[in-house]
This record gives sequence, C-alpha cells and structure tokens, in this order.
Amino acid sequence: MRNIFIFIRIYFNLLFFLFLMGISLFMLFNYNRYHHTVYSATAGEITGMINRQYNDVEYYFQLKKTNDSLVKANEILYNKLKQDFELPDTVTRLAIDSIRIDTLLQQRKYLYLPAKVVGNSVNLSNNYLQLHRGLQQGLVKDMGVTDINNSVVGTVVDVSTNYSVVMSLLHRQSNISAKLKKTGETGSIIWDGLQPNVMVFKDISKEIKVNKGDTIITSGFSDKFPYGLLIGTVKEIDDDKTSSTYIIRVKTAANFYNLQYVYVINNQQKEEPQQLLKNVKKTNE
Amino acid sequence: MSNLIKNIIRFTLFIFIQVFVLNQVPPLHHLVTPYIYFLFILWLPFKMGRRTVMILALALGFSLDCFTKTYGLHAASCVLIAYLRPFLINLLISQEGAESNYNEPSIKSMGFTPYFTYVAILTLLHHSFLFFLETLETGGYFYFVLKALLSSAISLLLILLTELLFVRKQRFRTNTV
Repeated sequence: MRNIFIFIRIYFNLLFFLFLMGISLFMLFNYNRYHHTVYSATAGEITGMINRQYNDVEYYFQLKKTNDSLVKANEILYNKLKQDFELPDTVTRLAIDSIRIDTLLQQRKYLYLPAKVVGNSVNLSNNYLQLHRGLQQGLVKDMGVTDINNSVVGTVVDVSTNYSVVMSLLHRQSNISAKLKKTGETGSIIWDGLQPNVMVFKDISKEIKVNKGDTIITSGFSDKFPYGLLIGTVKEIDDDKTSSTYIIRVKTAANFYNLQYVYVINNQQKEEPQQLLKNVKKTNE
Repeated sequence: MSNLIKNIIRFTLFIFIQVFVLNQVPPLHHLVTPYIYFLFILWLPFKMGRRTVMILALALGFSLDCFTKTYGLHAASCVLIAYLRPFLINLLISQEGAESNYNEPSIKSMGFTPYFTYVAILTLLHHSFLFFLETLETGGYFYFVLKALLSSAISLLLILLTELLFVRKQRFRTNTV
C-alpha cells in the first residue's frame, strides 16, 4: 500500500498528464461520433455570442455580394410568377380554387426557415457553420441547410437555445445522396479535404456518359432535402483504373467563402416514413 | 502590469487572433494550416508549476476547440506540449541561472538559438500530434507527414515575425535581492 502512494507521488506529473490527455481524447472521439454533448450546448451559446459580435463587423464587407445573390434569387422567383405565362387559349378562365387553405397547409412537406450565419470556416479539415437560430426558433437536429440561391450547404448537427451548428459540405463525415440531372444516376457527394468548393461525386458507373459541366442535384432520397436542389456542376472526371466507377470532381454551387444568410429546411412529414422504416426493421429482426 | 492580468490578456488575444485572423484567411494550400495560439503556453513563466501549466494548456486548447467545434483536438495537443515544456527548458537553457534571473522564456533570457530550438521542437510536436489525431479519422499517412512539416514551417515563420514585431521587455532580476 505504501509503495503505491510513493509511486503516485513520484509519478504524479505523468499521471496528471495522462489524466488530462485522457479527458481530451475522450471528448474528441465522443464528439466525432455523436456531434452532441453536454458541454457543446453551453459552449455553442458562448462562442455564438462572440461570433455574432465579429460578424456584425464582417457582414458590412460582404453586403455587396449578399445583395447581388439576393437579386439573382429574386429574378428566379419573379420568372416563376403566374402572370409571366399566358396561354393563347380561349379555355383559359379564372377559376376559384375550392380547396380550403387548411388542407393545403397539411399537405406542406418542406418549410424554409431563414437564418443568419455568424461563424463559418473553409480552411480547416472539418468545417462547421454557426447559425443564429436555435431550439427556441424552431430548429432541431438533422435539418438540411441551403444558401440563398437554394443550393446545398450542409446539415444541422447540434442545436442550443439560440444558436445551432451546421456540418458544412466541407466536412470529412458529410455524405449527401446526389443525382446526375441528365441521366438520373444516383451516387453520393463527399469531401476529400483538399480544396474548398470542390467535392467528390462517387459511385457513378463507367457505362454512363458524363460530361464537364453536367448538373448534379439532390436525389430526394434523404428526408433532409427535397428533390432537385442544385449541388454543383462537374469540374473534372477522373478515370479510376482500379474500379468500375468514376471519381467525379464537382464544383459546388454554393460559395462557402461568403455565406451570410442560409435557409434551414424543415421537413414536416419526417415522422411517418421514419416510423414505417423502424417497423419494417423490427419485423425483419 | 501583474503577471496574472498580462496572461489573461495574452490568452484572449491569442484565441481571437487564431479564430478570427488565421482561421479566416484564405488557405495558401490545403497542406498549410498555420497556428500560433500555443505560443501562450511557451511564454508562460519559468516558475509556474507543471500542473498549472497543463491545466492552462487544457483550457487554452478547449477554448479554441469551442470555436472550431473539434472538442478535444487542440486541447490534447496543448496538454502534450505543456507536459514536455519543462524537459526542453532544462535541456536547452544555456545561461547559468536564467530561470531565476528572468521571468519567462524569450530570445533575451535563453539566447536566440536555444530559444528557437525550444520553439521549433514544440511547434513540430504540437502540429504532428494535432494532424495525427485528425488523420486517425480519415487515413492518409503520407499526407499527414507532409501537412505537419509544411504547417510547422509556416507557423514558425509567423512565430518569428511575432517575436520580432512584439519584443517582450525582460527585466533582469538579480537573485541577490
């Protein structure tokens, strides 16, 4: 017994070091797996407040770019208005829709919620965004995030009272189901950590003809994003000799350098398919 | 200015410079991620206890982790260099009794070559351990070695610039008092 105490006294510094290292490594591996811990909510609130102060200044330098992309988004929306289209048809007449507005609201699947970006990084090996909108403003985990022009940015991974953390596409663990718009082939979009704004599109068979500049959109298979949101365009096609699939490099449509506002997509019909899937898994076990 | 206030100011300044300047500038290359925040640990007084240094290192690393959302990554690397710091100081100190004559490690108290060996070794260790933990997740060990070396080189350049721009006045304290 005495020897143990002597041992502890002699090697106390080493033991203390191993203890602190253990704490750090535990925190690291724990957060990488679950993206949510007890302290991350508090830490998120504090860093959110500091980041907001910084963003108040930084925002002014980005006003011009933000304005330009808002004008672009508005242009797309204005071109979709009903009065822009006219049929040279005598049948065209005004009809009053008899469906009650309540039933229409029940049909709604996706609801867009605006959020201010307060923190953003592009040059780390795992990048996150911080949004000034949290639990109290209706965000929960696993919601999709798009930029002002409705192209994919990431997924909400952690939510605190007033702030939330978004895993950006520029993250080693981000994996989004995507589709070639032209042929409808599905694959997954990941990031290899090399260049910001360039992603990798995997699992596309070599039998498919892919060209530079082809559009890649969301597949709508996951419950985070609706079908057909723009992810990016094909930048270059690597012919991987060791496998039967291409490695396609994709230039993202969203510009991660100057994100000031984003939209968080709330899927209001998420529960039913999830419940169904759970039941199927249960019966198969 | 008292030691405590000076170190509190340094702590916040280093964290803010790392988060809002170095992490924000467009990357030179994907292999280069410069860090200078750990200079706070290297600049702590000679006389500070080893456990205190390690706890401060954990706090420093964790504060940066809160901003980059990599809880534990920088904390682990900072604790490592805080633990190894006293061994290196004992090895490299050249002037007799510099620990008692001067307050903290600097070019003036240790001499240029020993001080920069001390900084370079700890920078390399910090970066290697940091990127090693990062690659555990993803693999790619050649990439890790290259990234550690190149990032350390750029970080060292930044540290050298910091030392030249912000000369720390070191009072010579005679031990006869």
